[in-house]
Amino acid sequence: MIQTPESEKEMSTSAQPSSLASVANAKQARTQPTQATGTGLEARGIHAWFGKNHVLANINLDFAAGSVTALIGPSGCGKSTFIRTLNRMHEFIPGAAMAGEVLLDGKEVYAPGVDVTKIRLQIGMVFQKPNPFPSMTIGENVLSGLKLAQLKVENKDELLESCLVRAGLWNEVKDRLDAHGGSLSGGQQQRLCIARALAVSPQVLLMDEPCSALDPGSTLRIEDTIRELSDSMTIVIVTHNMQQAARVSDYTAFFLSDGGPGEMIEVARTSEIFSQPKDQRTENYVTGRFG
Amino acid sequence: MSITTLIPSPRDITTEPRRSDKVFRGVVTGGGLSSLVILGLIALFLAYRGFEVLKQEGLGFITNAEWSITLDESANVVESNFGLSAMLVGTILCSLVAVVIAVPISVFSALYLNFYAPGWLKKILVAVIDMMAAFPSILFGIWGFLVLMPSVEYWGKLINKYLGWIPLFEVKPYFFTRSPFVAGVVLAIMIIPIITSVSREIFAQAPLDRIQAAFALGATRWAMIKAVVIPHGRSGVVGGAMLGLGRAMGETVAVYTVLNIVFQINWHVLLGAGGNVASLIILKFGEASAYEIKALMAAGLVLFFLTLSVNAAANFIVKRTGKSGR
Repeated sequence: MIQTPESEKEMSTSAQPSSLASVANAKQARTQPTQATGTGLEARGIHAWFGKNHVLANINLDFAAGSVTALIGPSGCGKSTFIRTLNRMHEFIPGAAMAGEVLLDGKEVYAPGVDVTKIRLQIGMVFQKPNPFPSMTIGENVLSGLKLAQLKVENKDELLESCLVRAGLWNEVKDRLDAHGGSLSGGQQQRLCIARALAVSPQVLLMDEPCSALDPGSTLRIEDTIRELSDSMTIVIVTHNMQQAARVSDYTAFFLSDGGPGEMIEVARTSEIFSQPKDQRTENYVTGRFG
Repeated sequence: MSITTLIPSPRDITTEPRRSDKVFRGVVTGGGLSSLVILGLIALFLAYRGFEVLKQEGLGFITNAEWSITLDESANVVESNFGLSAMLVGTILCSLVAVVIAVPISVFSALYLNFYAPGWLKKILVAVIDMMAAFPSILFGIWGFLVLMPSVEYWGKLINKYLGWIPLFEVKPYFFTRSPFVAGVVLAIMIIPIITSVSREIFAQAPLDRIQAAFALGATRWAMIKAVVIPHGRSGVVGGAMLGLGRAMGETVAVYTVLNIVFQINWHVLLGAGGNVASLIILKFGEASAYEIKALMAAGLVLFFLTLSVNAAANFIVKRTGKSGR
């Protein structure tokens, strides 16, 4: 991470100078990601329902390849539902319905004839609560996606090591890969779940409040991991922690529900969202006036 | 002054329950213990009535196969031989056949109900399966005898033709009617409901976060079931199977209707000769002399402990699931 010196930041243009804005501005210095492939992920006119309850209305959002996008907003505004529509995990909930289109590299994720398991291989997911498979060892957990999706890989040991290294867990577990996943701490388990998601080499990684069950130290480790991963993949992260959004994301989208279905109020570069948001409601939220 | 003098010993923690709480406690305790008392009294009654025969026959009551009694004109016992081995072997054979057939069917239907069936169909199927459990066993017996037997005999002949070299499937003399295999198939249908409902409950408890983790990794439904649901539910299914085994062992009327009861140990599952402790009792009870009834009570006691131990083992396994499944 290259830290931009304080003097170079454009603090003067900010109507509401806040510490979040400075955190987000420091983030600006990121070198352009080049290794991510494809044209990214696009959501067009997404609506979602649970039974008759309309929870999400008309979300249009593009995720450029190699970008990190944070979704922020108060609880119940549909952020998690939205990212679950992106990799088709939404449809598992009984009574769940959706409308709109999700395009991955220009191809419709919901098109008839699409194999949903292939979509989920390309769009991986990390959940709020660490959920390693308890009956498997650490090593088996990392490689479980290969077995589940019946993928063949030439060098399993190499893949195992590279995934754990990228997830920032290798040094802590390299001597006990045969131990059970449940023997790790919460933060380690979450990084194990990230390593597991990486093993099937997704183009996009969705993270649904990945740090909300973790202590500050583990949170920072995972944020480091996210920044490293963003060189090679598209990341969408739902977070309640605005500091975290400011620290890790390139773009931030603000979601809000006024009692009806959740809507996206605005999306912009993270530094803009935290320094000069266009919408009054966004400003109220990021400055802590509500939410 | 040493610091140990400052540490007090733990004090008693008590509470004075209210009167209503005491009364309710008494009522609930009575209800809870009643089943234990009833079960104990039945065991005592059987032991008391069967004691004379058990003492007379000794260990031979378990190991001998013969069951005969000779009376003189004034109904005094001249000679008697009571042995249960043929019946015990038959009981085990029939119930094992039943479990082997019923477990895969039950597990698959439980998986179907939990993970594949649409909601409306699931409701109907659960109701039907529960109804199967409440269906009178004599009807299963008659249906098995009249309808099922010809088909099962045919399957038996097929098994014998291709797998007859395995001693278990040997049939000499060539006689397939009313075999333990037929009885086992009837019993299998009777124990499917209990195994299905135990499996269904245990599968339904498979943790949702792990199911989602598997799906998010691109798992197919079947791969998810293999990776998450089966490891979680394995010991529960074993417990359910043993509950079914217990029920199959105690089943009387259906087996009595179907099985050809012969007082000879027969391990050949397709051969038309077998036994079952409960059916023995119903077979002999009507015309038994006073002394033979005592022998039947002793047989009941043996069956009682057999099913009790199977059920206890099942309970143990099912309970352990809750802890190890995490």
